[in-house]
Amino acid sequence: MKTAFTVLRKDLLLELRTLETLPAMALFSISTFVIFHFGLTYRNQDTIQGQLAAGVLTVTLLFAGILGVNRLFVAEREQGGFDAFLLAPVDRSSLLLAKAAALFLFLAALEVIAVPAFGVLLLGPPLSPRLPSLIVVLALADVGIAVIGTLVSALAVQTRARDVIGPVIGLPVLIPALIATARAIGPVLGTAGPGSLPGKWLLILALYDLVFALVAYAVFDFLLED
Amino acid sequence: MPTYGKGLRGLSILTLATIAVALILVFFYAPLDASQGFIQKIFYIHVPLAIVSLCGFVFGGLLAVMHLRTGDRRYDLRSYVAIHMALIFGVAALLAGSIWAKASWGHWWVWNDPTLVSYLIVLLMFATYTPLRFSIEDPERQARYASVFAIVGGAFVPLNFIAVREAQEYVHPRVLTLTGSNLPGPMLLTFLVSLLGITLLYITLWKYEMAAKNTRMQMRALRRRLLGDDDISPLQRSAAPSL
Repeated sequence: MKTAFTVLRKDLLLELRTLETLPAMALFSISTFVIFHFGLTYRNQDTIQGQLAAGVLTVTLLFAGILGVNRLFVAEREQGGFDAFLLAPVDRSSLLLAKAAALFLFLAALEVIAVPAFGVLLLGPPLSPRLPSLIVVLALADVGIAVIGTLVSALAVQTRARDVIGPVIGLPVLIPALIATARAIGPVLGTAGPGSLPGKWLLILALYDLVFALVAYAVFDFLLED
Repeated sequence: MPTYGKGLRGLSILTLATIAVALILVFFYAPLDASQGFIQKIFYIHVPLAIVSLCGFVFGGLLAVMHLRTGDRRYDLRSYVAIHMALIFGVAALLAGSIWAKASWGHWWVWNDPTLVSYLIVLLMFATYTPLRFSIEDPERQARYASVFAIVGGAFVPLNFIAVREAQEYVHPRVLTLTGSNLPGPMLLTFLVSLLGITLLYITLWKYEMAAKNTRMQMRALRRRLLGDDDISPLQRSAAPSL
């Protein structure tokens, strides 16, 4: 636990000092909203709502998240952090925990910027009454993306075509989580006031998070052996 | 080194015989479907192919678990062959399903069918297995990473089906449910024989490929002993594991 905190603190400090990842993710998401605006809205209709809005938000957050996933282990690889970590007498799973926590925090920070931007730029119905439900769903989705993202990033960073392999493996694995996220957000963003959260989808999302957290915990050690 | 050729002839004959019986049953014994007619017979090929390929993916994942647990590289080869055979079966199942969809629903691809969509997602995911292997040069690391991927994929198969099934209304006929089968007797018998035939086909092909890969490696080892390291051509780059 203490190791995980140390590594997490290192990652957050690194991000605060270099600002390599988060601004890029935020900018990317806003640019994507602009593109969606021109792709989806017609002459008289400038906003979107309901299931369409949920899909746009989910896809944008996912793609912005992929940027963070790609950067997650780059410093470790380029500057020998993996070797240093393996030399240290610490539990290897703590690296998974720390990196997943870092990615989760990055995603949360991204959403702090991207969700209000979405509310201003694209969403038809007002955002603020819908925020509590949105936060619940996005928190669950972020756990899934963080766990899978860390695993895939650790896998991809050692390959030759790592910028390609990461998203190519990550996207299909994340599809069930994204279906659940988009379907859970859909009723919340409807025009008729914030609908109640569909429990079924939250359950599937939670199950997905749990299963992949266990799988990641079981196999992560093998990605570090050398 | 184990030889995978053992019993292969008997197994091949058994497979051929089972598939022949299955085809006879399909065309001469099973009744015509009342609403779909003749095209429904593709069901006896399409569904077993899909079931066997999904089981093949899970089988590959289990072999990958064995590889990581024992560190024995032969399990990696087995897992590789299992997944790559399952992929071939999977593409065949998708093509057969597409033909069936065109004939009975009028479109090659139907989005509101959960079974089709979740199947496509699984296939997309396992299609990245080979590129992943190919992009790792160190053979030991390649084996380890591929096993990690296979385990994640194996866990992914059932979860994906839950998510996609819940997302959509059922269009696909629910033939096999938890409460039992909805098929009338002769159709069920034909289906089970077809399933057995395709399963045997998968096992036979798996064994054939294992035997071929093993023979090639033994040949290489012998040539190396005979000619020395310098005179044999270097291994071609391949996604397949080399022991």
